[in-house]
Amino acid sequence: MAKAKHRALGGTLVTPVTLGLAVLIGLAVFLLAKRFIFGLGSVTNISNGYTWGIWVVWDVVIATGFACGGYAMALVTYILNKGEYHHLVRPALTASLFGYTLGGLSVLIDLGRYWNFWHILSPAYANTGSVMFEVAACISLYIVVLWIEFSPTFLEHFGKSKALLNKVMFVFIGLGVLLPSMHQSSLGSLIIVMGWHIHPLWQTTLVPLLFLLTAVCMGFAVVILEATLAAVGFKRDITGELPMLAKLGKIILMILSVFLALRFGDIIVRGAFGSIFTSGWRSLAFLVETGLFAAPIWMLWKPENRSRLSVLFPAALHMLTGAVLYRIDAFLIAYDPGPGWHYFPSVSELLVTLGVIALEVLAYIVFVRIFPILPGHPADVRS
Amino acid sequence: MTINRRDFLRAGLVGTAAAVVGAPPAEARDNKTVPEHAIGLLYDSTLCIGCKACMSACKTANDLPLDDTTGTGLWDTPHDLSGKTFTVIKLYQDGASKYKDQVIDGFAHIKRQCLHCADPSCVSACPVQAMQKRPEDGVVTYNPDACIGCRYCVAACPFKVPQFQYDTAFPKIAKCELCKQRLADGKIPACAQSCPTGATLFGAYNALSAEIERRKAMVPGQANIFPRRTVDSGDTHERASAEYTPQVYGQSELGGTQVRYLAGVPFDKFGLPVGLPERSYAAQSETLQHSLYGGLYAPGVVLAGLIGAAWHGSKDHHDDEDGGPHHG
Repeated sequence: MAKAKHRALGGTLVTPVTLGLAVLIGLAVFLLAKRFIFGLGSVTNISNGYTWGIWVVWDVVIATGFACGGYAMALVTYILNKGEYHHLVRPALTASLFGYTLGGLSVLIDLGRYWNFWHILSPAYANTGSVMFEVAACISLYIVVLWIEFSPTFLEHFGKSKALLNKVMFVFIGLGVLLPSMHQSSLGSLIIVMGWHIHPLWQTTLVPLLFLLTAVCMGFAVVILEATLAAVGFKRDITGELPMLAKLGKIILMILSVFLALRFGDIIVRGAFGSIFTSGWRSLAFLVETGLFAAPIWMLWKPENRSRLSVLFPAALHMLTGAVLYRIDAFLIAYDPGPGWHYFPSVSELLVTLGVIALEVLAYIVFVRIFPILPGHPADVRS
Repeated sequence: MTINRRDFLRAGLVGTAAAVVGAPPAEARDNKTVPEHAIGLLYDSTLCIGCKACMSACKTANDLPLDDTTGTGLWDTPHDLSGKTFTVIKLYQDGASKYKDQVIDGFAHIKRQCLHCADPSCVSACPVQAMQKRPEDGVVTYNPDACIGCRYCVAACPFKVPQFQYDTAFPKIAKCELCKQRLADGKIPACAQSCPTGATLFGAYNALSAEIERRKAMVPGQANIFPRRTVDSGDTHERASAEYTPQVYGQSELGGTQVRYLAGVPFDKFGLPVGLPERSYAAQSETLQHSLYGGLYAPGVVLAGLIGAAWHGSKDHHDDEDGGPHHG
């Protein structure tokens, strides 16, 4: 056996941080008990005007975008065959695993008739023309694929052979790229059937491509973010990973340029350009969103900037904030239910979302301490 | 080894090309049309006196609870459609509210309910076929036993009709199904049955189309005969006809609806969306879905490409603990 490239961090699981996370999770569990006894209205501010609140838009639409690290890294590492990124795959996959698993769990929380959820996977009920069917089925399957992709880590930890799994893994890697490509684009397509409810700056048949591009980009940005946070949080030296992160910065630069060109080209072709300036606070949301997408292009333009964590990190942060806003805009800000409706999440609603995020972070911390996930000593990661 | 722009674009192009080549010719999904034996309602705002007998009858026929917004527990006072209310009479008012069916200083009623679209967004949106359009008569039905409560129908409906119940642990979608249980018994919908002026009129879609033409040809102010309950019930009354606005709401909106409106004031005054395209949103959405995923043809081709690439890659570098040199 060659020397281990991935190492469990070890260390104690009980720290002020993990305890704080546990408190947030406990609070969310209490509020969810209320939701399941008294209905969605007892905890949330959603209404028949704005029927999808942050439990859908943040916990699913945005959280699965954040969880695209595994997808994006698998794409460059295994499909474009850039073995050099190999060490970044496993931590990215771990974050994806929790992001998607908890995204799936959040769906169950938000579904009014959750006990019927299995209908999504039953051919007797499936409506193949429904965008929601495509999204739900793909996300469910992808969660399974993620656990399979992640399973070598368990086998390693428990000292079991991975030979058999390695022989068939390429099938799951293929699926692990196809499924997110399908549902991340379809998350955008969800708004097409909403027709006039969605403001023309966001309503376009190009929306699946725009969502797909931002999803891939979010994946790369999250990897940069994770690497930085893991370095700071676990006091690790990431000099060895920096050249790879720099290249991810370049990919982000390229995708964002294509994205903005498509975004504006589409708006101009559809004759919606004027509404950039005449749509009140929706104009403002569009401009802020666009600014956040444009900033990383400017920051990462010079090659020497891309190898500096002090530039890469804020660039990734701008990219992610822009993508978060783009998804909030498309589903909430751009959504016009007609006169008389308002939505802002309730405190309880926000606390549940916070609890889900806390659970995700806690699971990540526990896993990287117990299982061999993060790259080992810098000397090992040079390739 | 570096990833450069060319490699990246090439991979992107290969994927896109595979998807395009793999896709069957992208056939636009046309609007679905009203079934041959479709039934429907005609609501004539100019005949409506706002008595709300339809609302009361609807509650009884569909076993719906009071929607008490006054907090007294005495009256059914819905502000709008809700989880407890399938139909509601709403009022347009301006200034002194003195003249019926006039925009200035006038008032007019509108009956909100499911319009039973020819090509419904809710049916297209629903992932589990809980919303269905009956092929025989075009009624848009809801099956709670299939419903997962995702509320995509609530978000998607262009007329904001399906209503979710937020105040119960076991919620359903609330929506008019044209009294399908009464239709099964050979009765007509409760609202049409109870309307004293024939403002809500039940009938075959085509018979209602003829009735709409007849009314639009009437000379405003002249006495005319108006049927009650159904077009051919024989139960009629005579009154002076009002001046109709040119638009028949639901005639062409998003491919048309089986419940249609006539009114004396423009429909935007009632808060209804106007200027809707004729092409249904369902057709737009499904055209895209079918050209991307029809027969799972394109995804299959892309998957084959991806698995091939991953297999090729797996020869170059195995999962690290098993050794093997990394290239790059």
